[in-house]
Amino acid sequence: MDDTVIRIEDAAVSYREDVALRGVSLEVRRGEFVGIIGPNGAGKTTLLTVLNGLGKLVHGRAWVLGGSVNGRNTINLRKRIGYVAQVQNIDPRLPINVRETVMAGCYGRLGLFRRPKTSQWQAVDNVLQMVGIAHLARRPIGHLSGGEYQKAAIARALIQQPEIFLLDEPTASIDPQAQREIMSLVQLIHKEYDMTTLLVTHDLKQLPSICNRLLLMKEGWIWGQGSPASMLREEVLSELYGSPMSVTTETTLRYS
Amino acid sequence: MGIEVLQYQFMQNAILAGLLAGITCAVIGVFVVTMHLSFIGVCIAHAAFAGALLGLWLGFNPLLGALLFSLVGAAVIGPMADRGELNPDTSIGIVFSLMLGLAFLFMGLMPGARGEALSLFWGSILTVTGQHLIFLAITTAVIVGLLVVFYKEIQAVICHRDVAVAVGIPATVVFYGLLFATGVTITASLQSIGGLLIYSLILNPAAAAYQLTYSLKRMLLIASVFGIISCWAGLAVSYVLDTPSGASIVITSSIIFGLATLFSPKRKVKQWRQVQPAG
Repeated sequence: MDDTVIRIEDAAVSYREDVALRGVSLEVRRGEFVGIIGPNGAGKTTLLTVLNGLGKLVHGRAWVLGGSVNGRNTINLRKRIGYVAQVQNIDPRLPINVRETVMAGCYGRLGLFRRPKTSQWQAVDNVLQMVGIAHLARRPIGHLSGGEYQKAAIARALIQQPEIFLLDEPTASIDPQAQREIMSLVQLIHKEYDMTTLLVTHDLKQLPSICNRLLLMKEGWIWGQGSPASMLREEVLSELYGSPMSVTTETTLRYS
Repeated sequence: MGIEVLQYQFMQNAILAGLLAGITCAVIGVFVVTMHLSFIGVCIAHAAFAGALLGLWLGFNPLLGALLFSLVGAAVIGPMADRGELNPDTSIGIVFSLMLGLAFLFMGLMPGARGEALSLFWGSILTVTGQHLIFLAITTAVIVGLLVVFYKEIQAVICHRDVAVAVGIPATVVFYGLLFATGVTITASLQSIGGLLIYSLILNPAAAAYQLTYSLKRMLLIASVFGIISCWAGLAVSYVLDTPSGASIVITSSIIFGLATLFSPKRKVKQWRQVQPAG
């Protein structure tokens, strides 16, 4: 049985004169955890947005969960994909609290003309408990720190009951302790729900212990891919980032 | 102001128009303020104004002209702000100045006396007709109805439009719906408040409510109450002091905003935060 949930063939995306993705092909199996790394401007975020239809293909095709992306069905596909973007700047005066923000995750599945039921609010409270921010449920969303906001974003994606989890640098711009907590949370979700996960990150330290496959991107191409052990080597990373990189003992031990 | 003035039809119409315009403008204002669309709203208001003047010049119903121009304005401005071909402020600024230019052009080309055209500048709630009231009442019912039906989608789009798209909400439709609703609201309130002043009634009550609550539902209620108070108090001031009604309404709404900002609990939180050590 074919358990491929993501298939991209020769995909290209451009923003005016800038080409963000050039002929990318990729297959991801159900339950796989794929880490995506590469320098800024490599096309990592664009690759994720192609999968949920936010990024528009100028060439090639993409199928997710058996359906073609960018077709009429895209809006229904999005309901089955949890997406956590980079930390956003939210107006601290915004009159919407954390609980309401998380509930918005299931509005797509709920559909128009229907209101969330008590059981769904209970589910939101349970998810907030799971990600460790139940005590912030009534706080305005704009009052959260970067780490807390990302936990709320993960909770929002989880309440969506997604089949695929896309995370775009969830640990960017947050402190090391919060980074560890978020990566542990992502790992827990992957194991608990056997969730197909694609994680864009610059956090190379935590990657070896959580992902099955590592995708190296550069200048819009998939520059290399393989197991974390085969990819997280000094010579590979130095060439990828264009400057000397060193792999610490801590990192080596993690994936050995 | 004696109570007997309430017996007059024109005053009853004005009070009803104040109630309806106060609610509709405030509700639309909540979307404009929370989504940071103030400049887009001002631009749509001026488009409506130019359209009304075109109607007056060519001899068709000014409200129809205002409606057409405001809807076309929303349809043009939305994509310009969205696609980022130019900086949104630049592109909206260009449309804004074009609309203002068209308004003055149509006024300049208008033959004869321009009393009616000038009244569109500052409006007159005391001369609202039954036909306008019906249009305003329908607009209010539709806007409030849509808000109730699509509250959760609107809330998600206000919170974060890209995230709303990502979870499968038709966020673009909601966003353009809000822009069109802004155009219709402005058109419906044009005669009572005036083309140059209408936007203050949209912005001020909502901006005042924004200072006072962290709940969207409460913000909608408070903004509506402020909108109605602005209209009724402005109307009373206008009647007693014999001042232009549109200007009186807008100044009242500005005073309410000033007071709300002064006593805002959010401001106190900000001050408290400022004295906390960084980190």
